[in-house]
Amino acid sequence: MRTGRSRVRGLAALIAAGSLVVSGCGGGDIEDSAAPEGGADCGDFDMAINPWVGYEASAHVVGYVAATELGCNVEYKSLKEEVAWQGFGSGEVDVVIENWGHEDLKQTYIEEQGTAQDAGPNGNMGVIGWYVPPWMAEEYPDITDWQNLNKYADLFVTSESGGKGQLLDGDPSFVTNDEALVANLGLNFTVVYAGSEPALIQAFRSAEENRTPLLGYFYDPQWFLSEVPLVKVDLPPYTDGCDADPAAVACDYPQYILDKIVATDFAESGSPAYDLVEAFEWTNEDQNIVARYIAEDGMDPEDAAQKWVEDNPDIVQGWLA
Amino acid sequence: MTTVAERPAASAAPEPPPAPGQPKPEPVRRTGLVLAAILGIWVLGWLFLQGSATLPLGRATLTDFQAKLNDLRAAFDAARDGNFFLEYVVGGISDGLEAFVVGAQDLLSQAAFPRPVPEIGWLGVVAIGAWIAYALAGLRSTILVGASLVSFGVLGYWSESIDLLIVTFTAVLIAVAIGIPLGIAMARSRVVTAIVTPILDVMQTMPSFVYLLPLVLLFSIGPSAAVMATLIYALPPVVRITAHGLRTVAASTIEATTSMGSTKAQLLRKVQLPMAKRTIIVGVNQTMMAALSIATIAALIDGPGLGEPVIEALQTLDIGAAFVSGLAIVIMAIMLDRTTTAASQRAEAERRSARYDPRRRRIGLVGGSVLAAVCVYLSRSYLWAADPSNLPDLGRPLAEAAGAATDWFTDTFSGVTGAIKDGFTYGLLNPFQSLLADSPWWLVAAVLLAVAFVLGGWRPAASTAVCLAVILAVGLWQDSMVTLTMTLVATVLVMALAVVFGVWMGRSKGADTALRPLLDAGQTIPPFVYLVPALALFGTSRFTAIVAAIVYAGPAAIKLVADGIRGVSPTTVEAAESAGSSTLQVITKVQLPMARSALVLASNQGLLYVLSMVVIGGLVGGGALGYTVVSGFSQAQLFGKGLAAGIAIVALGIMLDRITQHTAARQGRR
Repeated sequence: MRTGRSRVRGLAALIAAGSLVVSGCGGGDIEDSAAPEGGADCGDFDMAINPWVGYEASAHVVGYVAATELGCNVEYKSLKEEVAWQGFGSGEVDVVIENWGHEDLKQTYIEEQGTAQDAGPNGNMGVIGWYVPPWMAEEYPDITDWQNLNKYADLFVTSESGGKGQLLDGDPSFVTNDEALVANLGLNFTVVYAGSEPALIQAFRSAEENRTPLLGYFYDPQWFLSEVPLVKVDLPPYTDGCDADPAAVACDYPQYILDKIVATDFAESGSPAYDLVEAFEWTNEDQNIVARYIAEDGMDPEDAAQKWVEDNPDIVQGWLA
Repeated sequence: MTTVAERPAASAAPEPPPAPGQPKPEPVRRTGLVLAAILGIWVLGWLFLQGSATLPLGRATLTDFQAKLNDLRAAFDAARDGNFFLEYVVGGISDGLEAFVVGAQDLLSQAAFPRPVPEIGWLGVVAIGAWIAYALAGLRSTILVGASLVSFGVLGYWSESIDLLIVTFTAVLIAVAIGIPLGIAMARSRVVTAIVTPILDVMQTMPSFVYLLPLVLLFSIGPSAAVMATLIYALPPVVRITAHGLRTVAASTIEATTSMGSTKAQLLRKVQLPMAKRTIIVGVNQTMMAALSIATIAALIDGPGLGEPVIEALQTLDIGAAFVSGLAIVIMAIMLDRTTTAASQRAEAERRSARYDPRRRRIGLVGGSVLAAVCVYLSRSYLWAADPSNLPDLGRPLAEAAGAATDWFTDTFSGVTGAIKDGFTYGLLNPFQSLLADSPWWLVAAVLLAVAFVLGGWRPAASTAVCLAVILAVGLWQDSMVTLTMTLVATVLVMALAVVFGVWMGRSKGADTALRPLLDAGQTIPPFVYLVPALALFGTSRFTAIVAAIVYAGPAAIKLVADGIRGVSPTTVEAAESAGSSTLQVITKVQLPMARSALVLASNQGLLYVLSMVVIGGLVGGGALGYTVVSGFSQAQLFGKGLAAGIAIVALGIMLDRITQHTAARQGRR
């Protein structure tokens, strides 16, 4: 498939060149850029960009290091998780840099097809849970215990929740047991599906601004938490295996060890970019800094990555050693 | 249900020319009584039986059928290597498309390695674009195209904009090449119409989220899958409207031509196509707009273009950046729309004009091409003419201003809009939804069948029966009823807007000129741009989903109604006016009845456009089928359920389409 793609490139160049015959060659001040050092070694490095800012931060930091230190020709491809995994087999995606669980995809692409493999944790820990806006935690301090949720259910009634309290869920990509949780914990709530991450974030933003009640599904690391520090509601603590039967779940979500998934072809290619990916590891705090550069300071992801890499040479050298 | 059913009846009821001596109010009144009786029975049934046999399905539960669809996809995925057809035929098309798009990108928009810039820089592209506009459309279009192209650079989205132009042109070229011949075939043959119409219905109503994954399996990630996704969604308008345009060429004209001994081919070339040209151009326009509207969705599979910055801005809820990239899409739409229209009018106008001088035009063309060649040379040689970042940056200040303005607006009005949402939802939407979704399925099915039969006869009733059976079979009855509720409410609102604004635009050229850019904006600005402000105003709710659907579907319906009103012969209108009719009488007794086929087309298209927004609605709290489709795209184990939801949406669309069409046809026969 890689050769297939270079054939496409060749054909494309031919078309471009053909249509340029009329315009002739330019002189002037435009100079061809030199081939990057060690480019022959690394070659193309295709990174999937899953659609959230934290992911973007991780991917661009790795991509920036790969381009500047290893001379890789990095391509970023904006893809939802499912599509990205599908791209491992066709050679269009080399790396998914931040994977949240996705046991079903692992089953299909790692176990069954063998087109992907695990490249270890990336150092980030994922937390999933139920959150309320900070003003609520202040005004109703005991609301952060799930046993008191029923007491406040009336506060959370909306036009969408059919008379019960509303528990707002977000993007359908994310793991959720919330319907089972509501039923099994005997809560007088109903799950309403916001349907996307922006909808969820906007809901929390409005709730804090207008001091309206809201209970919703959220997660960390997420750049929005540094704008509005949502407060987590404590569900019955997670114990090993308490979520084994999805219908009977009555406990909190586990901590997710976020990991890196790579294409098997890429792992076996001997590319220095693979070694970089395998060595890449950083903390939630690191990611949040870069995510904040992007989301709040409006920096270009590439510039944000550059800034962080320049500020943290030791960590970066550790990945390259 | 009754609300939408009454609409075509109401607008179609007045007889075109007041025929003396045959007033027939009876059948209409009788239909009304029967419908009221059906409604009564329904409400009674709902009162006593609500909550039973509603066929709900849990979020994560899959029916056997849906699980089978999952298996089907897995089998397909496993079989694609080593399959001759997939590897060489589909793979060949995919490689060809990708080569074409990537070649055009190297030429016009992306750094063509080892050059740090594309082969032709911004100045050259602007010059070539302007020259093409001059050659095809005339001086005004030249200025418009030149200014629009420069604005892409000034807004800071040069390469994304040119990428989108490339993808759009590729898809629209293919759509026109397939669509116009197909439209002609449909206009000539009932059999072709009967076969093609349902396929077009599926293409236009099946949410693109459903076929993105299979397309990626076939055409791989990137430009070729993006072109195919665009093509699937953008093809139907040009086919349908071409056929519609050819069919509406007056029968008397055709008779006159055939009686003079014209062959079928001559008839088509000399009479039908020229006379239907205006309508066909509307079709091409609609196809272009549809193609642009899919840009953001295509970005989800790494399609090149302006969709990417929109999606990126959405992740950080950066309304300003989303607005600016959305604005670039709108500018592109207006540029393409005006230029194609001007191109179609130019040839005719020139032939008629006495002052037309072919020599002068030739000099202009040659001079222009020399100028364009110079610009291309400069843009290949000098960085200032190649790299658009040397242009002044308006994008950032504009984004900041738009962000601030939206913040002010939402902060100021979110209290009022929240109250409107609550009032509408508690007062109308919730009861209506309860009636549809909480009644036993067999009662609702019986009601829908009865309504279809009463309004349109046995044919739409048969279609309804099939569609309802499909919805039952895919296992998503209750979700379908919730979606049906939202669709009906949104469509009624869309048609109300379409009649008001369409008539206004059809009667007043000034209104048309003033409103058209707004309509183009509503139709082409990616919904993702206004979702965040809409969420800030109305919260995550079904009402927000309805608002989004109206913004998108309203313009198409309004344009079609306006086109129909303008198509009413001016002599008829003058005759009515000189006979002493008031403006209102002219509108209700002459213009609307005579534009009836346009009204039907508008409600039809309005309905389909509303349905195409169901998924977007699912992203802002619409829930039901829309949410299910998105979850199928997002989670592998829900793929089958998402596809099932897509099928249910198609079934809803075809059912509503058949009922409205037959109702209108029946009214027309009376």
